[in-house]
Amino acid sequence: MIHATNITKRFGRVRAVSNVSFEIEPGEALALWGSNGAGKTTLIRCLLGVIRFRGRASLGGTDVRRRGRNARALAGYVPQELAFHDDARLGSAMVFFASLRCVSRARAAETLDTVGLTGHERKRVRDLSGGMKQRLALAIALLSDPPLIILDEPTSNLDAAGRGEVVEMLQRLRRAGKTLLFASHRPDEVISLADRVLILEGGKIQRDTTPLDLWPTEKPVQVVRLYLTMASEEHAAQVLREAGHAVHLNGQGLCVAVPRDRKAEPIHALAMQQIEVRDIEVLDDVPAPGEKL
Amino acid sequence: MTTLAATAELNSIESSALARSFTGGMISFARREFRDAIASKWFVLYTLAFTVLAVGVSFLSLSGVGSQGFAGFGRTAAGLLNLIMLVVPLMALTAGAGSIAGERERGTLLYLLAQPVSRTQVLLGKYLGLAGTLVCSLCIGFGVSAGVLAWKAGGVGVGAYAMLVAFTVLLALAMLSVGMLISVVSRKTTVATGLALFIWLSLVFVSDLGLMASSILFKLRVQEVFGLALLNPLQAFKMAVIVNMNASLDVLGPVGAYASLTFGGSLAWILASTLVLWMVVPLGLATLLFARRGTV
Repeated sequence: MIHATNITKRFGRVRAVSNVSFEIEPGEALALWGSNGAGKTTLIRCLLGVIRFRGRASLGGTDVRRRGRNARALAGYVPQELAFHDDARLGSAMVFFASLRCVSRARAAETLDTVGLTGHERKRVRDLSGGMKQRLALAIALLSDPPLIILDEPTSNLDAAGRGEVVEMLQRLRRAGKTLLFASHRPDEVISLADRVLILEGGKIQRDTTPLDLWPTEKPVQVVRLYLTMASEEHAAQVLREAGHAVHLNGQGLCVAVPRDRKAEPIHALAMQQIEVRDIEVLDDVPAPGEKL
Repeated sequence: MTTLAATAELNSIESSALARSFTGGMISFARREFRDAIASKWFVLYTLAFTVLAVGVSFLSLSGVGSQGFAGFGRTAAGLLNLIMLVVPLMALTAGAGSIAGERERGTLLYLLAQPVSRTQVLLGKYLGLAGTLVCSLCIGFGVSAGVLAWKAGGVGVGAYAMLVAFTVLLALAMLSVGMLISVVSRKTTVATGLALFIWLSLVFVSDLGLMASSILFKLRVQEVFGLALLNPLQAFKMAVIVNMNASLDVLGPVGAYASLTFGGSLAWILASTLVLWMVVPLGLATLLFARRGTV
Protein backbone atom coordinates (compact mmCIF):
# COMPACT_ATOMS: atom_id res chain seq x y z
CA MET A 1 0.00 0.00 0.00
CA ILE A 2 2.85 2.40 0.84
CA HIS A 3 6.28 2.13 -0.77
CA ALA A 4 8.85 4.65 0.41
CA THR A 5 12.37 4.58 -0.97
CA ASN A 6 15.18 6.79 0.28
CA ILE A 7 12.95 9.63 1.33
CA THR A 8 15.04 12.63 2.30
CA LYS A 9 13.81 16.05 3.29
CA ARG A 10 16.01 18.98 4.18
CA PHE A 11 14.99 22.26 5.75
CA GLY A 12 17.99 24.44 5.02
CA ARG A 13 20.94 22.62 6.52
CA VAL A 14 18.82 20.39 8.72
CA ARG A 15 17.96 16.93 7.45
CA ALA A 16 14.51 16.34 8.90
CA VAL A 17 14.19 12.96 7.18
CA SER A 18 17.20 11.07 5.92
CA ASN A 19 17.07 8.12 3.49
CA VAL A 20 13.96 6.54 4.96
CA SER A 21 12.73 3.42 3.18
CA PHE A 22 9.89 1.14 4.23
CA GLU A 23 6.79 -0.60 2.95
CA ILE A 24 3.32 -1.22 4.31
CA GLU A 25 1.15 -4.05 3.04
CA PRO A 26 -2.61 -3.58 2.51
CA GLY A 27 -4.49 -4.03 5.78
CA GLU A 28 -1.38 -3.54 7.89
CA ALA A 29 -1.02 -0.95 10.66
CA LEU A 30 2.31 0.81 11.13
CA ALA A 31 3.15 3.16 13.99
CA LEU A 32 5.78 5.87 13.71
CA TRP A 33 7.51 6.28 17.05
CA GLY A 34 10.19 8.75 18.02
CA SER A 35 11.12 11.85 19.98
CA ASN A 36 9.78 15.26 19.07
CA GLY A 37 11.71 16.37 16.00
CA ALA A 38 12.49 12.80 15.00
CA GLY A 39 10.91 13.40 11.59
CA LYS A 40 7.54 11.65 11.99
CA THR A 41 5.39 14.59 10.87
CA THR A 42 7.75 15.51 8.04
CA LEU A 43 7.71 11.91 6.81
CA ILE A 44 3.90 11.92 6.82
CA ARG A 45 3.84 15.20 4.88
CA CYS A 46 6.27 13.75 2.33
CA LEU A 47 4.11 10.66 1.90
CA LEU A 48 1.09 12.85 1.28
CA GLY A 49 3.04 14.86 -1.29
CA VAL A 50 2.34 18.08 0.58
CA ILE A 51 6.01 19.04 0.68
CA ARG A 52 8.76 18.37 -1.84
CA PHE A 53 11.32 15.70 -1.01
CA ARG A 54 14.02 13.54 -2.52
CA GLY A 55 13.44 9.85 -3.07
CA ARG A 56 10.36 7.97 -4.14
CA ALA A 57 7.03 7.37 -2.50
CA SER A 58 3.90 5.75 -3.77
CA LEU A 59 0.48 5.16 -2.28
CA GLY A 60 -1.31 2.16 -3.75
CA GLY A 61 1.16 2.14 -6.63
CA THR A 62 0.54 5.80 -7.48
CA ASP A 63 3.59 8.02 -7.43
CA VAL A 64 3.10 10.79 -4.88
CA ARG A 65 5.39 13.27 -6.62
CA ARG A 66 4.12 12.82 -10.15
CA ARG A 67 0.44 12.15 -9.47
CA GLY A 68 -0.04 13.61 -6.03
CA ARG A 69 -3.72 14.38 -6.50
CA ASN A 70 -4.54 10.79 -7.44
CA ALA A 71 -2.29 9.38 -4.72
CA ARG A 72 -4.00 11.51 -2.07
CA ALA A 73 -7.39 10.24 -3.27
CA LEU A 74 -6.31 6.86 -1.85
CA ALA A 75 -5.58 8.26 1.59
CA GLY A 76 -7.55 9.93 4.34
CA TYR A 77 -5.50 12.24 6.53
CA VAL A 78 -6.12 13.03 10.19
CA PRO A 79 -3.87 15.78 11.58
CA GLN A 80 -2.87 16.32 15.19
CA GLU A 81 -5.62 18.88 15.49
CA LEU A 82 -8.23 19.68 12.87
CA ALA A 83 -7.15 22.88 11.13
CA PHE A 84 -10.19 24.29 9.45
CA HIS A 85 -11.93 27.65 9.42
CA ASP A 86 -13.34 28.12 12.89
CA ASP A 87 -16.39 29.94 11.59
CA ALA A 88 -17.41 27.11 9.29
CA ARG A 89 -20.32 24.95 10.35
CA LEU A 90 -19.69 21.24 10.68
CA GLY A 91 -22.26 20.42 8.00
CA SER A 92 -20.87 22.87 5.45
CA ALA A 93 -17.31 21.70 6.16
CA MET A 94 -18.39 18.16 5.39
CA VAL A 95 -20.13 19.24 2.18
CA PHE A 96 -17.02 21.15 1.08
CA PHE A 97 -14.69 18.20 1.63
CA ALA A 98 -17.26 15.86 0.07
CA SER A 99 -17.17 18.01 -3.07
CA LEU A 100 -13.35 17.82 -3.12
CA ARG A 101 -13.53 14.03 -2.89
CA CYS A 102 -16.41 13.79 -5.35
CA VAL A 103 -18.79 12.06 -2.96
CA SER A 104 -22.45 12.80 -2.41
CA ARG A 105 -24.05 14.70 0.46
CA ALA A 106 -25.76 11.46 1.46
CA ARG A 107 -22.35 9.84 1.87
CA ALA A 108 -21.20 12.85 3.94
CA ALA A 109 -24.22 12.40 6.23
CA GLU A 110 -23.54 8.69 6.47
CA THR A 111 -19.90 9.31 7.45
CA LEU A 112 -20.94 11.83 10.10
CA ASP A 113 -23.22 9.16 11.50
CA THR A 114 -20.37 6.65 11.53
CA VAL A 115 -18.31 8.88 13.80
CA GLY A 116 -21.31 9.82 15.94
CA LEU A 117 -21.61 13.46 14.90
CA THR A 118 -25.12 13.36 13.46
CA GLY A 119 -27.19 16.19 14.93
CA HIS A 120 -24.20 18.54 15.28
CA GLU A 121 -24.25 19.80 11.68
CA ARG A 122 -25.23 23.36 12.65
CA LYS A 123 -22.41 23.70 15.18
CA ARG A 124 -19.44 25.86 14.24
CA VAL A 125 -16.02 24.20 14.16
CA ARG A 126 -14.79 26.53 16.95
CA ASP A 127 -17.57 25.29 19.25
CA LEU A 128 -16.60 21.63 18.92
CA SER A 129 -14.67 19.88 21.69
CA GLY A 130 -11.23 18.44 20.93
CA GLY A 131 -12.70 14.95 20.66
CA MET A 132 -15.45 16.10 18.31
CA LYS A 133 -12.91 17.92 16.12
CA GLN A 134 -10.87 14.73 15.85
CA ARG A 135 -13.98 12.76 15.00
CA LEU A 136 -14.80 15.35 12.35
CA ALA A 137 -11.27 15.01 10.93
CA LEU A 138 -11.76 11.25 10.90
CA ALA A 139 -15.13 11.66 9.16
CA ILE A 140 -13.49 13.84 6.48
CA ALA A 141 -10.72 11.26 6.08
CA LEU A 142 -13.30 8.51 5.62
CA LEU A 143 -15.55 10.39 3.18
CA SER A 144 -14.44 8.54 0.08
CA ASP A 145 -13.87 5.30 1.99
CA PRO A 146 -10.13 5.28 1.14
CA PRO A 147 -8.13 2.11 1.78
CA LEU A 148 -5.41 4.02 3.64
CA ILE A 149 -5.72 6.27 6.70
CA ILE A 150 -2.74 8.41 7.73
CA LEU A 151 -2.88 9.93 11.20
CA ASP A 152 -0.45 12.35 12.81
CA GLU A 153 -0.67 11.94 16.59
CA PRO A 154 -4.46 11.90 16.44
CA THR A 155 -4.98 11.69 20.19
CA SER A 156 -2.23 13.95 21.50
CA ASN A 157 -4.61 16.82 22.33
CA LEU A 158 -7.40 14.69 23.76
CA ASP A 159 -8.37 13.68 27.26
CA ALA A 160 -8.68 10.02 28.24
CA ALA A 161 -12.31 9.76 27.12
CA GLY A 162 -11.58 11.40 23.76
CA ARG A 163 -8.57 9.17 23.25
CA GLY A 164 -10.64 6.10 23.97
CA GLU A 165 -13.25 7.12 21.39
CA VAL A 166 -10.68 7.73 18.67
CA VAL A 167 -8.74 4.53 19.38
CA GLU A 168 -11.97 2.54 19.35
CA MET A 169 -12.86 3.98 15.94
CA LEU A 170 -9.41 3.18 14.61
CA GLN A 171 -9.74 -0.38 15.87
CA ARG A 172 -13.00 -0.66 13.93
CA LEU A 173 -11.24 0.60 10.81
CA ARG A 174 -8.52 -1.99 11.26
CA ARG A 175 -11.13 -4.70 11.52
CA ALA A 176 -12.65 -3.37 8.29
CA GLY A 177 -9.32 -3.99 6.56
CA LYS A 178 -8.05 -0.43 6.30
CA THR A 179 -4.32 0.20 6.19
CA LEU A 180 -3.18 2.53 8.97
CA LEU A 181 -0.09 4.67 9.26
CA PHE A 182 0.02 6.72 12.41
CA ALA A 183 2.44 8.67 14.54
CA SER A 184 1.96 8.33 18.26
CA HIS A 185 3.57 9.13 21.60
CA ARG A 186 1.46 6.64 23.50
CA PRO A 187 2.61 3.07 23.95
CA ASP A 188 -0.93 1.91 24.77
CA GLU A 189 -2.13 3.15 21.37
CA VAL A 190 0.77 1.58 19.55
CA ILE A 191 0.22 -1.74 21.29
CA SER A 192 -3.51 -1.81 20.67
CA LEU A 193 -3.38 -0.67 17.04
CA ALA A 194 -0.08 -1.39 15.35
CA ASP A 195 1.35 -4.52 13.74
CA ARG A 196 4.73 -2.85 13.31
CA VAL A 197 6.57 0.08 14.80
CA LEU A 198 9.06 2.21 12.90
CA ILE A 199 11.36 3.95 15.35
CA LEU A 200 12.69 7.23 14.00
CA GLU A 201 15.44 9.30 15.57
CA GLY A 202 17.12 12.28 13.97
CA GLY A 203 15.22 11.66 10.76
CA LYS A 204 16.58 8.13 10.36
CA ILE A 205 15.01 4.74 10.94
CA GLN A 206 16.52 3.21 14.06
CA ARG A 207 14.45 0.05 14.14
CA ASP A 208 11.60 -1.60 12.30
CA THR A 209 10.09 -3.68 15.06
CA THR A 210 6.85 -4.82 16.69
CA PRO A 211 4.97 -3.43 19.68
CA LEU A 212 5.49 -6.69 21.54
CA ASP A 213 9.20 -6.33 21.11
CA LEU A 214 9.14 -2.83 22.56
CA TRP A 215 6.70 -3.53 25.38
CA PRO A 216 6.37 -7.22 26.14
CA THR A 217 2.84 -7.99 27.29
CA GLU A 218 3.05 -11.61 28.39
CA LYS A 219 1.76 -10.47 31.76
CA PRO A 220 -0.78 -7.71 32.34
CA VAL A 221 1.25 -4.52 32.36
CA GLN A 222 0.75 -0.82 32.50
CA VAL A 223 2.86 1.84 30.89
CA VAL A 224 4.17 4.43 33.28
CA ARG A 225 5.54 7.71 32.04
CA LEU A 226 8.29 9.16 34.20
CA TYR A 227 9.24 12.80 33.99
CA LEU A 228 12.87 13.58 34.80
CA THR A 229 15.19 16.39 33.90
CA MET A 230 16.12 16.16 30.22
CA ALA A 231 19.80 15.78 31.12
CA SER A 232 19.22 12.60 33.11
CA GLU A 233 16.83 10.83 30.70
CA GLU A 234 19.43 8.91 28.69
CA HIS A 235 21.20 7.72 31.84
CA ALA A 236 17.90 6.78 33.48
CA ALA A 237 16.84 4.78 30.42
CA GLN A 238 20.09 2.86 30.59
CA VAL A 239 19.62 2.13 34.32
CA LEU A 240 16.09 0.88 33.78
CA ARG A 241 17.08 -1.31 30.83
CA GLU A 242 19.80 -2.89 32.97
CA ALA A 243 17.14 -3.53 35.61
CA GLY A 244 15.16 -5.48 32.99
CA HIS A 245 12.47 -2.93 32.14
CA ALA A 246 11.19 -2.18 28.64
CA VAL A 247 11.92 1.52 28.31
CA HIS A 248 11.40 4.05 25.61
CA LEU A 249 12.38 7.68 25.31
CA ASN A 250 10.06 9.72 23.18
CA GLY A 251 10.74 13.32 24.02
CA GLN A 252 7.82 13.44 26.42
CA GLY A 253 9.25 11.61 29.38
CA LEU A 254 10.39 8.07 29.79
CA CYS A 255 7.85 5.33 29.03
CA VAL A 256 8.30 2.14 31.04
CA ALA A 257 6.18 -0.97 30.75
CA VAL A 258 5.72 -2.51 34.22
CA PRO A 259 3.55 -5.22 35.75
CA ARG A 260 0.37 -3.67 37.10
CA ASP A 261 1.21 -4.52 40.72
CA ARG A 262 4.80 -3.22 40.59
CA LYS A 263 4.51 0.31 39.26
CA ALA A 264 6.95 1.77 41.82
CA GLU A 265 9.79 -0.51 40.76
CA PRO A 266 11.33 1.79 38.14
CA ILE A 267 11.18 4.74 40.55
CA HIS A 268 13.01 2.68 43.15
CA ALA A 269 15.62 1.59 40.61
CA LEU A 270 16.25 5.18 39.67
CA ALA A 271 16.37 6.36 43.29
CA MET A 272 19.14 3.81 43.93
CA GLN A 273 21.18 5.63 41.29
CA GLN A 274 20.37 9.07 42.73
CA ILE A 275 18.12 9.93 39.77
CA GLU A 276 15.18 12.03 40.84
CA VAL A 277 11.76 11.43 39.31
CA ARG A 278 9.91 14.75 38.99
CA ASP A 279 6.47 13.39 38.11
CA ILE A 280 4.75 10.17 37.14
CA GLU A 281 1.80 9.46 34.87
CA VAL A 282 0.11 6.09 34.64
CA LEU A 283 -1.07 5.62 31.09
CA ASP A 284 -4.05 3.54 30.04
CA ASP A 285 -3.89 -0.19 30.52
CA VAL A 286 -2.00 -2.06 27.88
CA PRO A 287 -4.26 -4.79 26.51
CA ALA A 288 -3.26 -8.21 27.73
CA PRO A 289 -2.35 -10.78 25.10
CA GLY A 290 -5.53 -11.94 23.44
CA GLU A 291 -7.20 -8.57 23.96
CA LYS A 292 -5.15 -7.22 21.10
CA LEU A 293 -6.67 -7.15 17.64
CA MET B 1 -7.86 -7.91 3.22
CA THR B 2 -6.51 -10.01 0.35
CA THR B 3 -4.09 -8.43 -2.08
CA LEU B 4 -6.55 -9.04 -4.93
CA ALA B 5 -9.39 -7.28 -3.16
CA ALA B 6 -7.07 -4.42 -2.20
CA THR B 7 -5.95 -4.01 -5.81
CA ALA B 8 -9.54 -3.96 -7.05
CA GLU B 9 -10.42 -1.33 -4.46
CA LEU B 10 -7.39 0.78 -5.41
CA ASN B 11 -8.28 0.55 -9.09
CA SER B 12 -11.82 1.69 -8.51
CA ILE B 13 -10.73 4.61 -6.33
CA GLU B 14 -8.00 5.58 -8.76
CA SER B 15 -10.46 5.64 -11.67
CA SER B 16 -12.74 7.89 -9.66
CA ALA B 17 -9.75 10.11 -8.92
CA LEU B 18 -8.85 10.26 -12.60
CA ALA B 19 -12.42 11.11 -13.48
CA ARG B 20 -12.37 13.99 -11.02
CA SER B 21 -12.17 17.09 -13.13
CA PHE B 22 -9.67 19.83 -12.53
CA THR B 23 -12.36 22.48 -12.73
CA GLY B 24 -14.63 20.67 -10.29
CA GLY B 25 -12.13 20.98 -7.45
CA MET B 26 -11.34 24.55 -8.41
CA ILE B 27 -15.02 25.51 -8.34
CA SER B 28 -15.39 23.92 -4.90
CA PHE B 29 -12.63 26.18 -3.62
CA ALA B 30 -14.08 29.20 -5.43
CA ARG B 31 -17.50 28.62 -3.88
CA ARG B 32 -16.08 28.25 -0.39
CA GLU B 33 -13.89 31.34 -0.78
CA PHE B 34 -16.85 33.34 -2.09
CA ARG B 35 -19.09 32.24 0.79
CA ASP B 36 -16.42 32.99 3.39
CA ALA B 37 -15.54 36.36 1.87
CA ILE B 38 -19.17 37.47 1.54
CA ALA B 39 -19.69 36.71 5.22
CA SER B 40 -16.51 38.51 6.26
CA LYS B 41 -16.21 41.96 7.82
CA TRP B 42 -13.83 43.26 5.16
CA PHE B 43 -16.39 42.64 2.44
CA VAL B 44 -19.15 44.47 4.32
CA LEU B 45 -16.79 47.33 5.21
CA TYR B 46 -15.32 47.81 1.74
CA THR B 47 -18.69 47.47 0.02
CA LEU B 48 -20.29 49.96 2.37
CA ALA B 49 -17.38 52.39 2.04
CA PHE B 50 -17.29 52.11 -1.74
CA THR B 51 -21.07 52.50 -2.07
CA VAL B 52 -21.22 55.54 0.21
CA LEU B 53 -18.25 57.18 -1.52
CA ALA B 54 -19.60 56.39 -5.01
CA VAL B 55 -22.99 57.89 -4.23
CA GLY B 56 -21.33 60.81 -2.44
CA VAL B 57 -19.00 61.55 -5.35
CA SER B 58 -21.96 61.33 -7.75
CA PHE B 59 -23.74 64.02 -5.81
CA LEU B 60 -20.73 66.24 -5.20
CA SER B 61 -19.10 66.07 -8.61
CA LEU B 62 -22.30 66.76 -10.45
CA SER B 63 -24.05 69.17 -8.11
CA GLY B 64 -24.67 72.59 -9.55
CA VAL B 65 -24.98 71.30 -13.11
CA GLY B 66 -28.42 71.05 -14.71
CA SER B 67 -31.81 71.82 -13.27
CA GLN B 68 -31.78 68.77 -10.98
CA GLY B 69 -28.20 69.29 -9.98
CA PHE B 70 -27.10 66.24 -12.00
CA ALA B 71 -25.65 65.86 -15.45
CA GLY B 72 -25.90 62.13 -15.90
CA PHE B 73 -23.63 59.10 -15.92
CA GLY B 74 -20.79 60.49 -18.07
CA ARG B 75 -19.83 63.23 -15.68
CA THR B 76 -20.23 60.96 -12.69
CA ALA B 77 -17.91 58.45 -14.32
CA ALA B 78 -15.25 61.13 -14.59
CA GLY B 79 -15.82 62.10 -10.97
CA LEU B 80 -15.58 58.51 -9.79
CA LEU B 81 -12.29 57.89 -11.57
CA ASN B 82 -10.03 59.18 -8.81
CA LEU B 83 -12.05 57.46 -6.11
CA ILE B 84 -11.77 54.14 -7.92
CA MET B 85 -8.02 54.54 -8.41
CA LEU B 86 -7.67 55.00 -4.67
CA VAL B 87 -10.13 52.49 -3.22
CA VAL B 88 -10.32 49.55 -5.65
CA PRO B 89 -6.59 48.66 -5.72
CA LEU B 90 -6.57 48.77 -1.92
CA MET B 91 -9.55 46.40 -1.73
CA ALA B 92 -8.15 43.93 -4.25
CA LEU B 93 -4.52 43.98 -3.09
CA THR B 94 -5.37 43.37 0.57
CA ALA B 95 -7.96 40.70 -0.25
CA GLY B 96 -5.45 38.82 -2.41
CA ALA B 97 -2.58 39.28 0.02
CA GLY B 98 -4.52 37.72 2.88
CA SER B 99 -5.68 34.66 0.96
CA ILE B 100 -2.88 32.08 0.83
CA ALA B 101 -0.80 33.72 3.59
CA GLY B 102 -3.84 33.64 5.89
CA GLU B 103 -4.46 29.94 5.27
CA ARG B 104 -0.76 29.26 5.79
CA GLU B 105 -0.68 31.16 9.09
CA ARG B 106 -3.84 29.49 10.43
CA GLY B 107 -2.42 26.09 9.54
CA THR B 108 -5.39 25.32 7.30
CA LEU B 109 -3.36 25.30 4.09
CA LEU B 110 -1.58 22.07 5.00
CA TYR B 111 -4.89 20.34 5.64
CA LEU B 112 -6.31 21.56 2.33
CA LEU B 113 -3.23 20.44 0.42
CA ALA B 114 -3.47 17.00 2.03
CA GLN B 115 -6.76 16.51 0.17
CA PRO B 116 -6.86 15.12 -3.38
CA VAL B 117 -6.36 18.53 -4.97
CA SER B 118 -3.46 20.25 -6.68
CA ARG B 119 -1.88 23.51 -5.58
CA THR B 120 -3.01 25.10 -8.84
CA GLN B 121 -6.62 24.20 -8.05
CA VAL B 122 -6.32 25.74 -4.60
CA LEU B 123 -4.78 28.97 -5.87
CA LEU B 124 -7.02 29.47 -8.89
CA GLY B 125 -10.10 28.47 -6.90
CA LYS B 126 -9.31 31.06 -4.27
CA TYR B 127 -8.64 33.64 -6.97
CA LEU B 128 -11.99 32.98 -8.64
CA GLY B 129 -13.85 33.14 -5.33
CA LEU B 130 -12.23 36.43 -4.36
CA ALA B 131 -12.75 37.82 -7.86
CA GLY B 132 -16.45 37.00 -7.57
CA THR B 133 -16.61 38.74 -4.20
CA LEU B 134 -14.86 41.85 -5.51
CA VAL B 135 -17.13 42.02 -8.55
CA CYS B 136 -20.15 41.71 -6.23
CA SER B 137 -18.84 44.47 -4.00
CA LEU B 138 -18.19 46.78 -6.98
CA CYS B 139 -21.55 45.98 -8.57
CA ILE B 140 -23.35 46.92 -5.36
CA GLY B 141 -21.47 50.25 -5.19
CA PHE B 142 -21.90 51.08 -8.87
CA GLY B 143 -25.46 49.75 -8.86
CA VAL B 144 -26.65 51.94 -6.02
CA SER B 145 -24.88 54.94 -7.54
CA ALA B 146 -26.40 54.19 -10.96
CA GLY B 147 -29.84 53.78 -9.41
CA VAL B 148 -29.64 57.20 -7.78
CA LEU B 149 -28.40 58.77 -11.04
CA ALA B 150 -31.03 57.11 -13.20
CA TRP B 151 -33.72 58.31 -10.82
CA LYS B 152 -32.41 61.89 -10.72
CA ALA B 153 -30.87 62.46 -14.14
CA GLY B 154 -32.07 59.80 -16.56
CA GLY B 155 -29.84 57.61 -18.71
CA VAL B 156 -27.46 60.14 -20.26
CA GLY B 157 -23.97 58.65 -20.69
CA VAL B 158 -24.88 55.12 -19.60
CA GLY B 159 -22.34 53.69 -22.07
CA ALA B 160 -19.43 55.56 -20.50
CA TYR B 161 -20.59 54.47 -17.06
CA ALA B 162 -20.82 50.83 -18.16
CA MET B 163 -17.30 51.03 -19.59
CA LEU B 164 -16.12 52.51 -16.31
CA VAL B 165 -17.59 49.52 -14.47
CA ALA B 166 -15.97 47.11 -16.93
CA PHE B 167 -12.53 48.72 -16.63
CA THR B 168 -12.88 48.89 -12.85
CA VAL B 169 -13.53 45.14 -12.78
CA LEU B 170 -10.42 44.61 -14.92
CA LEU B 171 -8.38 46.80 -12.58
CA ALA B 172 -9.71 44.92 -9.54
CA LEU B 173 -8.82 41.55 -11.09
CA ALA B 174 -5.34 42.81 -12.01
CA MET B 175 -4.71 44.07 -8.48
CA LEU B 176 -6.10 40.84 -7.04
CA SER B 177 -3.53 38.91 -9.09
CA VAL B 178 -0.76 41.06 -7.66
CA GLY B 179 -2.20 40.48 -4.17
CA MET B 180 -2.21 36.70 -4.72
CA LEU B 181 1.43 36.83 -5.82
CA ILE B 182 2.30 38.72 -2.65
CA SER B 183 0.37 36.14 -0.63
CA VAL B 184 2.22 33.21 -2.18
CA VAL B 185 5.65 34.64 -1.33
CA SER B 186 4.74 35.82 2.20
CA ARG B 187 4.88 33.57 5.23
CA LYS B 188 2.70 35.75 7.43
CA THR B 189 -0.46 37.73 6.86
CA THR B 190 1.02 40.85 8.43
CA VAL B 191 3.97 40.76 6.02
CA ALA B 192 1.64 40.18 3.07
CA THR B 193 -0.66 43.03 4.10
CA GLY B 194 2.31 45.35 4.67
CA LEU B 195 3.70 44.51 1.25
CA ALA B 196 0.28 45.02 -0.34
CA LEU B 197 -0.02 48.46 1.29
CA PHE B 198 3.47 49.39 0.14
CA ILE B 199 2.65 48.42 -3.45
CA TRP B 200 -0.67 50.28 -3.24
CA LEU B 201 1.11 53.43 -2.04
CA SER B 202 3.75 53.06 -4.74
CA LEU B 203 1.17 52.66 -7.50
CA VAL B 204 -1.12 55.42 -6.29
CA PHE B 205 1.34 58.08 -5.23
CA VAL B 206 4.99 57.32 -5.79
CA SER B 207 4.76 56.17 -9.41
CA ASP B 208 3.10 59.43 -10.50
CA LEU B 209 5.77 61.48 -8.78
CA GLY B 210 8.50 59.12 -9.93
CA LEU B 211 7.36 59.40 -13.53
CA MET B 212 7.35 63.19 -13.33
CA ALA B 213 10.76 63.30 -11.65
CA SER B 214 12.30 60.79 -14.09
CA SER B 215 10.98 62.60 -17.13
CA ILE B 216 12.59 65.84 -15.88
CA LEU B 217 15.82 64.30 -14.58
CA PHE B 218 16.51 61.99 -17.51
CA LYS B 219 14.86 64.20 -20.12
CA LEU B 220 12.71 61.30 -21.27
CA ARG B 221 10.95 61.47 -24.62
CA VAL B 222 7.13 61.33 -24.67
CA GLN B 223 7.04 57.79 -26.03
CA GLU B 224 9.32 56.68 -23.17
CA VAL B 225 7.11 58.39 -20.61
CA PHE B 226 4.05 56.75 -22.19
CA GLY B 227 5.77 53.35 -22.06
CA LEU B 228 6.67 53.87 -18.41
CA ALA B 229 3.12 54.99 -17.62
CA LEU B 230 1.79 51.72 -19.03
CA LEU B 231 3.88 49.87 -16.46
CA ASN B 232 1.50 51.22 -13.84
CA PRO B 233 -1.90 49.51 -14.14
CA LEU B 234 -3.55 52.52 -12.51
CA GLN B 235 -2.28 54.83 -15.26
CA ALA B 236 -3.43 52.36 -17.91
CA PHE B 237 -6.84 52.26 -16.22
CA LYS B 238 -7.07 56.05 -16.04
CA MET B 239 -6.19 56.49 -19.71
CA ALA B 240 -8.56 53.68 -20.76
CA VAL B 241 -11.49 55.26 -18.93
CA ILE B 242 -10.78 58.72 -20.36
CA VAL B 243 -10.46 57.32 -23.89
CA ASN B 244 -13.73 55.40 -23.48
CA MET B 245 -15.56 58.50 -22.33
CA ASN B 246 -14.79 59.82 -25.83
CA ALA B 247 -12.61 62.43 -24.23
CA SER B 248 -9.22 63.37 -25.62
CA LEU B 249 -6.11 62.25 -23.81
CA ASP B 250 -4.87 65.81 -24.37
CA VAL B 251 -6.08 66.45 -20.82
CA LEU B 252 -3.10 64.37 -19.71
CA GLY B 253 -0.64 66.71 -21.44
CA PRO B 254 1.90 65.99 -24.21
CA VAL B 255 2.09 62.28 -23.38
CA GLY B 256 -1.66 61.92 -23.76
CA ALA B 257 -1.59 63.87 -27.01
CA TYR B 258 1.21 61.64 -28.28
CA ALA B 259 -0.74 58.49 -27.40
CA SER B 260 -3.94 59.78 -29.08
CA LEU B 261 -2.11 60.78 -32.24
CA THR B 262 0.06 57.67 -32.49
CA PHE B 263 -2.36 54.91 -31.60
CA GLY B 264 -5.73 56.48 -32.44
CA GLY B 265 -8.59 53.95 -32.31
CA SER B 266 -6.41 51.08 -31.11
CA LEU B 267 -5.38 52.94 -27.96
CA ALA B 268 -8.36 51.62 -25.97
CA TRP B 269 -7.41 48.06 -26.89
CA ILE B 270 -3.76 48.63 -25.98
CA LEU B 271 -4.78 49.97 -22.58
CA ALA B 272 -7.28 47.15 -21.97
CA SER B 273 -4.62 44.61 -22.99
CA THR B 274 -2.22 46.18 -20.51
CA LEU B 275 -4.73 45.60 -17.73
CA VAL B 276 -5.32 42.03 -18.90
CA LEU B 277 -1.55 41.45 -18.85
CA TRP B 278 -1.45 42.81 -15.31
CA MET B 279 -4.10 40.24 -14.45
CA VAL B 280 -2.55 37.24 -16.23
CA VAL B 281 1.19 37.67 -15.58
CA PRO B 282 1.17 38.02 -11.74
CA LEU B 283 -1.44 35.26 -11.43
CA GLY B 284 0.61 32.98 -13.67
CA LEU B 285 3.71 33.75 -11.66
CA ALA B 286 1.84 33.13 -8.39
CA THR B 287 0.58 29.76 -9.69
CA LEU B 288 4.07 28.75 -10.78
CA LEU B 289 5.72 29.77 -7.51
CA PHE B 290 3.02 28.15 -5.40
CA ALA B 291 3.17 24.89 -7.37
CA ARG B 292 6.98 24.76 -7.09
CA ARG B 293 7.14 25.66 -3.43
CA GLY B 294 9.01 22.99 -1.48
CA THR B 295 7.09 23.52 1.75
CA VAL B 296 3.56 24.48 2.73
